[in-house]
Amino acid sequence: MLKIYKNWVRKSSQEIVHITKDPILLLFILAIFASLIIFIVYPLFKVIIVSVFSKGQFSLGILKEVISNWYFRQGFYNSILMGVLTSILGAGIGFLFAFTLARTDIPLKKIFHLVAIIPIISPPFIGAMAIIMLFGNNGLITSSLLGIRNFKIYGFRGLLFAQVITFFPVAYITLRGVLESISPTLEDAAFDLGGSRWKVFRKVTLPLAIPGIASAILVLFVETLADFGNPLILAGSKFPILSVQAYLQITGMYDLPKGAALALILLVPSISVYFLQKYWVARKKYVTVTGKPTASSHKVISPAVKWILFGLCVFITAIILMIYITILWGAFAKVWGYDNSWTMIHFKYVFSVGFKAVTDTLIIAVTSTPIAGILGMIIAFLVVRKKFPGKNIMEFTSMLSFAVPGTVIGIGYILGFNSPPLVLTGTFIILILNFIFRYIPVGIQSGVAILRQVDPSIEEAAIDLGADSQYTFKRITLPLMIPAFFSGLIYSFVRAMTAISAAIFLVSAKWNLMTVQIMSQVESGRLGAASAFSVILVGIILLAIIIIRLILTLFYGSFKGTMLKI
Amino acid sequence: MSVKLVNISKIFQDHENIQKKFIAVDHVNLEIKEGEMVTLLGPSGCGKTTTLRIISGFETPSSGEVWISGEMVNNIPPNKRDTSMVFQSYAIFPHLSVAQNIGFGLELKGWKTKDIKSEVKKIMKIMDFSELYDRRPDQLSGGQQQRVALARAIINKPSVLLFDEPLSNLDAKLRIQMRIEIRRIQKAFGITSIYVTHDQEEAMTVSDRIVVMNGGKIMQAAIPFKIYSYPANAFVADFIGRVNFISAKIKAKNEKGCVVNFGSGQKEIHPECGEFNAGDKVILIVRPESIKMTCCKEDKISPMKGKVDKVVYLGPTIEYEIEVDGIDRKINAVIYNPIEEGFFHEGDLVNIDFNSAAAHILPAND
Repeated sequence: MLKIYKNWVRKSSQEIVHITKDPILLLFILAIFASLIIFIVYPLFKVIIVSVFSKGQFSLGILKEVISNWYFRQGFYNSILMGVLTSILGAGIGFLFAFTLARTDIPLKKIFHLVAIIPIISPPFIGAMAIIMLFGNNGLITSSLLGIRNFKIYGFRGLLFAQVITFFPVAYITLRGVLESISPTLEDAAFDLGGSRWKVFRKVTLPLAIPGIASAILVLFVETLADFGNPLILAGSKFPILSVQAYLQITGMYDLPKGAALALILLVPSISVYFLQKYWVARKKYVTVTGKPTASSHKVISPAVKWILFGLCVFITAIILMIYITILWGAFAKVWGYDNSWTMIHFKYVFSVGFKAVTDTLIIAVTSTPIAGILGMIIAFLVVRKKFPGKNIMEFTSMLSFAVPGTVIGIGYILGFNSPPLVLTGTFIILILNFIFRYIPVGIQSGVAILRQVDPSIEEAAIDLGADSQYTFKRITLPLMIPAFFSGLIYSFVRAMTAISAAIFLVSAKWNLMTVQIMSQVESGRLGAASAFSVILVGIILLAIIIIRLILTLFYGSFKGTMLKI
Repeated sequence: MSVKLVNISKIFQDHENIQKKFIAVDHVNLEIKEGEMVTLLGPSGCGKTTTLRIISGFETPSSGEVWISGEMVNNIPPNKRDTSMVFQSYAIFPHLSVAQNIGFGLELKGWKTKDIKSEVKKIMKIMDFSELYDRRPDQLSGGQQQRVALARAIINKPSVLLFDEPLSNLDAKLRIQMRIEIRRIQKAFGITSIYVTHDQEEAMTVSDRIVVMNGGKIMQAAIPFKIYSYPANAFVADFIGRVNFISAKIKAKNEKGCVVNFGSGQKEIHPECGEFNAGDKVILIVRPESIKMTCCKEDKISPMKGKVDKVVYLGPTIEYEIEVDGIDRKINAVIYNPIEEGFFHEGDLVNIDFNSAAAHILPAND
């Protein structure tokens, strides 16, 4: 032990001596550490402190109270149950989609792909909204078509449906990558050696994809556990969900300690599963790509199976389309369920009364995402290319907000920044800071990925030719990171526009967000206005993606393809 | 002299385990003259690349001094050192054009754009690839990228040019072409150069002097001819080309050379006999191409007799493996021009001899 400690001290002191030679770098590192501690660690720390201290004394009283409460315990079980079921079902559908699109030559592949992407770029509670509009008390299908009154969509069934639809695309994206990295020649080889089609799938494809599937399940579990919008709309009081309970404790009962305690209980499983995924499962991936990628002969899937898979994809795609058509329709229908005739009244409402939320959301997203992107790139650069003590801690801390449910962060921000030294609640700044520190991991991930592809000798060459480290970063590294920067930007912009779980704690009369507006419209039963808001929100996101893509292809077209592989 | 390494060592320490350390470079002393092209040659992990990176400044030596042009440069960072490196991966900046890549060093020196342009054009003309001026790196072949990397290094007129296995990513044919090209350009500019490679043929063609390294130590530093013909030790002999190691014993010493016992016979070896005395156990180093084979009846002159064990026909040459009485290792022979020298078949009995000057004597290691 002592030896390890001594070694660590020696290594760190060497590294400290090394970075003091570069004062600007040192300054950057210190500033980043300070902000990570203040805006990520400190709020979490506050959540813990508030739940285990009462009246200035350490006590487990609040936690005990929360745990012994039947209703909260039920919320915890329900959350876990939802997490488990959603992740398994979602990963299953995701795999089905990914396998069909990666391994068969069915038609309409592009459309399937695009439709599967839509839930990722829209607010995560759109599914819940549409389900109420279709299957609720005045639901189009239940009430108008089938004439069923009081169909019970609230609770377990409805929520599971909404969450599977919301989160399976995440599994699809991950698993498609996994399946595409498994060379189809392996399957062809097994088939050639005399395996039956089913055997090839069971003995070759599936085992190779297992680490990817496990990883997708765990990621979905964390996301479902953290989900706030769907349960708020659909769970109902008979099927309590932890994230909603924590929110209601704080906004309904003004009970900060209990809210914090619930947040803490939510935090523990999310964070453990997240790190299980990141540090264990994600490392077990097989790497099978060797040499040139070969096209699959698509022979390993029999025509019958192929068309069954195609049918399933059509079915799922139809459900997603139905959801979005419902929202679109709802935005133009006078009173959903009663009078479905055409009107612009909801859009007029959004553009007059509700327009401040639109501009607020845009201002906040447009301000926070580039900052998050740049900060992410800088951290990625430091982590991949520089040596300094606490490097791992920096990476760990900045990735932490991926693992922490938004609800916990939101509560942490309220607890942390509503009293001196930093009073920020109700301001523009707190929303910006929250978004920045929630979305830097996106930038870091894409930055790290691209930097690992850039041969370090490219930077060494610049230094060798006489450039100092700042010049090298500005002239060589940064331009090379630009594609990653923009793709990170798209992602964090989408997230910032659709965020709800943390933001709902931080909005105020002065600064409101569209997602929060949509929620309150749904709560007060104005589904038309909610739909109109949603349509505009998704429209803005699509427009932003198109613009960023356009900028990329116009100015950085030459970056694509082989450029970075040299 | 232009570059001097004094007692350079580099130890990589495993931070998790203090016992684990790796000595990459072990007390290396080397002087490189102005305008000389020296190759560091050795198997992977021998310390050659680390030595090069110490000279460029990317690695700090654990001990010892690096001198460039009469100045001790240990504390000068790589961007302030007057060295330019040609990287194994070429390290072409992918977002800059060929001209921008080549002019990068001049840009850093604050040259005017116009002057950079004309200088880049000049060097591209000398190196004969002017047509690539406006190309982007992803439109270049491996050989073209190599030229860009070389031009980018040379344009700065560094006092030392460093090559880190520059040809290892090219195909065999291009490699042969480029090594001649590199040598031509190095001579034309007269830049002191240090070249790292594990390819002995490449080392032979490009260098004034070869430094063979193993286990972080210099095994031998000499002109290519000496390295091949008079290897300083068994490692160098074995690493460079193919070789027969023949265990032998010094029988007598005379003014011409010495008489050596081996196999079933003996032979006079001259002119070199080294510091050995009668009775010393030694190893004779004889290259396969120096072996002479004759048929078939016994003669008195040949020191070794044996039986052909294996024949490999390669067209211009024939390679034989011969089992020799009294020698445990098979003797390898390469016969050029077999039409004149004659063919042998497996099982043939042969007499084996070599020119007295073709053998090199090393002490036996036991």
